[in-house]
Amino acid sequence: MSDTPTPRALGVETIGMTKRFGAFAALEDVSMKIEAGGFHALLGENGAGKSTFVKCVMGFYAPTAGSVLVDGREVEITNPKGAQGRGLGMVYQHFTLVPSLTGAENLVISRADAPAILDWKAERAALAAFMEGMPFRLNLDRPVAELAAGEKQKLEIVKQLYLKARFLILDEPTSVLTPDEAEEVLGLLRAMADRGDLTVLMISHKFREVETFARTLSVLRRGRLVGGGAVGALSRADMAAMMIGERVVRPIAARVGEPDPAREILRVVDLDATDASGLRRIAIPDLRVRAREIVGIAGVSGNGQKELADVLGGRIRAAGGRVVVADEPYTGTRAQSRARRVRFIPEEPLREACAPRMSVAENLAFRAFDRRGDDPSGPPTFWLDRRAMTRRAKDLIERFKVKTASSEAPIATLSGGNVQRAVLARELTDPVDLLIVVNPCFGLDFAAVAEIRTRIVTARNEGAAVLLISEDLDEILELSDRIVVMSEGRLVYETAAASAEAGTIGRHMAGHH
Amino acid sequence: MSDDLGLWSVPLAILGGAIRVSTPFLFVSLGETITERSGRINLGLEGTLVFGAMSAYATAVLTASPWAGVAVAGLAGGAFGLLHGYICKFPRVNDVAIGIALMLFGTGLAFFFGKPFIQPPAPPLPAIPFGAWSDLPQVQAALRVNVLFLVGAALSVALWWGFRNTKAGLVLRVVGDSADAARALGYDVDRVRLVATALGGVLAGIGGSYLSLYYPGSWNEGISSGQGLMAVALVIFARWNPLACFGAALLFGGAGALGPALQSVGISQGYYLFYAAPYVLTLALLVATSSPDRVLAGAPGELSLSK
Repeated sequence: MSDTPTPRALGVETIGMTKRFGAFAALEDVSMKIEAGGFHALLGENGAGKSTFVKCVMGFYAPTAGSVLVDGREVEITNPKGAQGRGLGMVYQHFTLVPSLTGAENLVISRADAPAILDWKAERAALAAFMEGMPFRLNLDRPVAELAAGEKQKLEIVKQLYLKARFLILDEPTSVLTPDEAEEVLGLLRAMADRGDLTVLMISHKFREVETFARTLSVLRRGRLVGGGAVGALSRADMAAMMIGERVVRPIAARVGEPDPAREILRVVDLDATDASGLRRIAIPDLRVRAREIVGIAGVSGNGQKELADVLGGRIRAAGGRVVVADEPYTGTRAQSRARRVRFIPEEPLREACAPRMSVAENLAFRAFDRRGDDPSGPPTFWLDRRAMTRRAKDLIERFKVKTASSEAPIATLSGGNVQRAVLARELTDPVDLLIVVNPCFGLDFAAVAEIRTRIVTARNEGAAVLLISEDLDEILELSDRIVVMSEGRLVYETAAASAEAGTIGRHMAGHH
Repeated sequence: MSDDLGLWSVPLAILGGAIRVSTPFLFVSLGETITERSGRINLGLEGTLVFGAMSAYATAVLTASPWAGVAVAGLAGGAFGLLHGYICKFPRVNDVAIGIALMLFGTGLAFFFGKPFIQPPAPPLPAIPFGAWSDLPQVQAALRVNVLFLVGAALSVALWWGFRNTKAGLVLRVVGDSADAARALGYDVDRVRLVATALGGVLAGIGGSYLSLYYPGSWNEGISSGQGLMAVALVIFARWNPLACFGAALLFGGAGALGPALQSVGISQGYYLFYAAPYVLTLALLVATSSPDRVLAGAPGELSLSK
């Protein structure tokens, strides 16, 4: 590894890249040039074609038209392995590491020339030498499943460098990192680019990140390249305008009224729970949410937020402690959630809050299908009133602006934003006393985000207690009355939103407390 | 002589039984471990086992060579594995359903071709008399160890080592744990699974040859009585670890020998209950080692039962 000359960064250029899925053009005539040693940001809304673009470059998709030039020469890349052979590497948004294998096993097996019989002594020595030159320290002997999200992300990047990638694509690399970790990782990659060892193409939503680390940028909208240039030449407003086009985005409704100190709706006392893998443990001595209050739980993905939500949703059993809703123990059963008017909106609503192949009307009826008439407190009935179900569904579709072909279409055919709207419609129709929401706007576009956040704030203004668990710090800062930071399964910091400071919160998210 | 030993003959018989009865369990569970580590379940190994028993016996009768029988059983098992692996590569095909179909197909086919071979005797597989130093016939009987048992023991160590120290082992685990990751690395997931299922079939076929050519050592339609299915459960109990498979197979073999051993010392009450010992043991162990709050540790992520 040391006797070969230092590998140089690769320049990559696409010419007229087009990808159609049937009649739908995901990518239309995109020509982009990324200089060797550059740090290029690719901006765009969800569904703008960013992922399609990089997948075409990496050989995941065969483009309908267009070509890729590496260092000025046209190349044919038909699969990711071919891309790897040419020095192109990609870090995906989801992890591609194999969970049950250790870091070292993951690295060695990803190498194309891994020997048939592995000499672990020699491999370990080689890995140690390689890690010397790496910007991060990682424990390579633990199974990847036991690593925290940030460590996994670093290992993904290390893997690409181990495979001698000289052109590295990062797909929203910092979504699972703390602000400090993001700074560290991107800073080190930028330094490698500046030395001419590496070219970086980064997909990102975060303007601040783009402005700090990228040198050039391109913006995609609906599959077309709509602008770009040097970072600094464009203002944030310019970039946002390019990304969303002419659509008007409604501002989010303001919080009205103060939290009601007398009515404490949710109380978590000495909670102790472990997730199904047994690896992540949460311990929460005290957490309270009052009526007309949004409490935001901030934290980097994988620090126990999911486990907390699972306990509150009744999906994992707590090993110790109590969850109290309206002064009585709460375990998340249907009868309890109905009686105490608790509503739960989990992450990934299509998978965790819907039956994907059942119709929109049926999914909308999950809370009330066994109810006769419109009285939420009536006793359950045996026979379904399909006509009332359809009537209610049509009404909700109308009121919550769910875009669907019909109320009888399977809910899986809806876009992410519309699935989320449908779930909100179901959960927010009846009066709500406690609303638990997890990452409600993950992966949604600007317009849907504004609307869904408005619904949450409206529920609060009407008197609901809201527990907002989110990995999006901006969302937390924008919506919450009170902010609690979760790190390694514990609540480590609490502040009123009015006096909240992003930097302090970020430090606590990173585990410095 | 047996009176001299008294109750000591029971543990001795259990030890001997463990060695004698465990071999088919061992081969089938090792084969199933390979298959499941690649992310597929092959329930058809019961059928493969029975067909392996029949084909081995038939070949041994016709060629007078038990080793030819073992080879043919392995080949036949491999063919069943290939069939399973090939069908399962199609979208919307469920590996468990195909496995059940192949289980019935394999046993049915074995009964069909095996009819003429129920009567004629076949040469048995050789055994090594490790008990020759003793003049007690019980000890000698218990320590007559078949070559296939030793092969199986060596194989479980080799697989355990190979899963972590060979490229093939790592690729197999990658495919079984995350098909997406395997594709991203450029491996053909279906092909790896095809090979893994075929290898599993080869081992199950060899396990079948042991049944008909050594213990019980004849061919009849009730020869397996569900041992292939038990071996699949055993893989889960062994947490997909080949060494643990070896231990579990011995345990099951020993439990299976409990009934006859107790009978030989005159305890005949609850006779059928003792014969059910391996099955009761399976249930008890699966319940004891599972938990409602935990996912199965070590389960390959792509397995349909852990998805």
